[in-house]
Amino acid sequence: MTPVQVTGEVLSLRRIGAYHAMTVVAPGVAESAKPGQFVTVAVGGPDTSMLMRRPFSIHRVHERGVYGGTVEFVFSVEGRGTRWLAQMQPHEPIDIVGPLGKPFSLPREPATCVLVGGGYGSAPLFPLADALRERGCRIDFVIGAATEERLFGALDAKRISATLSVTTDDGSVGLRGRVSDPLPEVLTTTKADVVYACGPMPMLRAVSRIAGEAGIPCQIAVEEMMACGVGVCMTCVLPVIGDDGQTRMVRSCVDGPVFHGDRVRFDDIGVIPPDTVGAPEPPQPKRAGKPSAKTQRVAEALR
Amino acid sequence: MSSTLTVRVGTPSAATDAAIDMSTALGRFELPNPVLTASGCAAAGRELNQFFDVAKLGGVVTKSIMLRPRSGRPTPRMAETPSGMLNSIGLQGPGIDAFLETDLPWLVERGARAVVSIAGGTVEEFGKLATRLRDAGGASMIEVNISCPNVEDRGQVFACDPRAAANVVQAVRRATRAEVPVFAKLSPDVTDIVAVARSCVEAGADGLSMTNTLLGIVIDTDTLRPVLAGVTGGLSGPAIRPVALRCVWQVHQAMPDVPILGMGGIRTGLDALQFVLAGASAVSVGTETFHDPGAPIRVLNELTKALADRGFERFSDAVGLAHQPR
Repeated sequence: MTPVQVTGEVLSLRRIGAYHAMTVVAPGVAESAKPGQFVTVAVGGPDTSMLMRRPFSIHRVHERGVYGGTVEFVFSVEGRGTRWLAQMQPHEPIDIVGPLGKPFSLPREPATCVLVGGGYGSAPLFPLADALRERGCRIDFVIGAATEERLFGALDAKRISATLSVTTDDGSVGLRGRVSDPLPEVLTTTKADVVYACGPMPMLRAVSRIAGEAGIPCQIAVEEMMACGVGVCMTCVLPVIGDDGQTRMVRSCVDGPVFHGDRVRFDDIGVIPPDTVGAPEPPQPKRAGKPSAKTQRVAEALR
Repeated sequence: MSSTLTVRVGTPSAATDAAIDMSTALGRFELPNPVLTASGCAAAGRELNQFFDVAKLGGVVTKSIMLRPRSGRPTPRMAETPSGMLNSIGLQGPGIDAFLETDLPWLVERGARAVVSIAGGTVEEFGKLATRLRDAGGASMIEVNISCPNVEDRGQVFACDPRAAANVVQAVRRATRAEVPVFAKLSPDVTDIVAVARSCVEAGADGLSMTNTLLGIVIDTDTLRPVLAGVTGGLSGPAIRPVALRCVWQVHQAMPDVPILGMGGIRTGLDALQFVLAGASAVSVGTETFHDPGAPIRVLNELTKALADRGFERFSDAVGLAHQPR
């Protein structure tokens, strides 16, 4: 599972609703990729002014294509880097590193699995669904997005799942509301054994809470901002509770992106919780002591 | 547009021309070649070793080690900027105990030359760290990080004050064996870098690492607030290269006998060559490693070729050459 860096070749780039899906011939990356892992790509060409590689979770892999193994990832044009990616042409070279990160872990025996995806966060859930189905698991999908255009994979999800629930914020298709809204009922009716989720952090927080309340184990794949993707820069850290009960700021790229939902301290993202290993010591209160009699008299006079 | 696929797995074959002697020295630390990682951009080498053999580099400069484990600053910690990045990690790390137990032995076992970067909040802490390293052995050189901008108290940026910088250097030098060079890592955010450099050398520094990041801010025009949770961060990458290069130039001009480990936005062998010509006896490749995890070894190959193309037989002949009249 050691990641490799290869100069891949763009095989295809297609539009899927509001998103783009790029397939890259990337020998060495495809062969060892597991569901939940991601790749990073360099953007902007050889003389780019954009130094940060862009991370994308792996949507599909084909280990043996005509040209060698391929990986497909899905992205949304949000800034200069993704705009550059969206204008690439087939056969152009692309610098790709992967597979990276910890994959989803799979149940040992056939289980009922509810897969929850928000926006293009559902992309990595499809290779996961394939792996689960190979193990005889039942799949139930819940996918949601802001609008119909931003739903990803509804048709594919319908084809491989026992049930599919769809939500949109604007009600343009499916239930109006958040992806987490129908989840409690889905968990009950399917008698779910495990929940897998990928999407924006507020969604993952809601899904983790609901799974926790239902007493069902939940694995989430986070989408954190990263500089390196390989574990050296320490920018993608989250407060996560370890096996020893201690909270540490851990790297999403190598300790994740898949975490147990009940281990991530969602409410503390953006701060260093005071009980984190290595947290700054609280500022020492100034040793004021009791004001002297004279100080008290002066204060009294000024009142 | 190419339809051929080149696969880079493991160590790319060295383009080393046997005719060129790439060896160099940083004080009493002798290196087979002049390219190292940069502190904070390579952790302790293990992650990058997935992409190339870190023992093939001149050295691995570790992320700054502190006495105790440290959680660092809140997120967001990073913002991309034109040809650079702003970071406010805040020296997150496992502390010296874990470093000596796992990271340093790993580097030594691999045959990598470890340049250990240390950081502390007080002169005393720096001294304790140096003592721990001396007792443990295994470090080829110590880089004293007196210039991290991501600390709560700007007063802790020792490198902004010649006297404070000297006090730290003196404490580390005293606690370190003579054969292990002590380099002070300087901040470019000073009025007179030569004065700080001179003060460090007079306090016993065997050489200087130049430079650390520049302090910067990015403001999010949607939230109307600073992007980084820590508000300010250190700017690195090619955006700062001319500034870092100028620092190396000025200090080498003032003190040509003091060895310099040059860094600041090196992406290619030719970037590295600029630092060498300005006076650096070796270079660190930092932020570019985030863009290309194989960058340090690539820069070494490119630098070797660039020297060969220019007719050099020895790397050391290029050090400081730009100061000589045509």
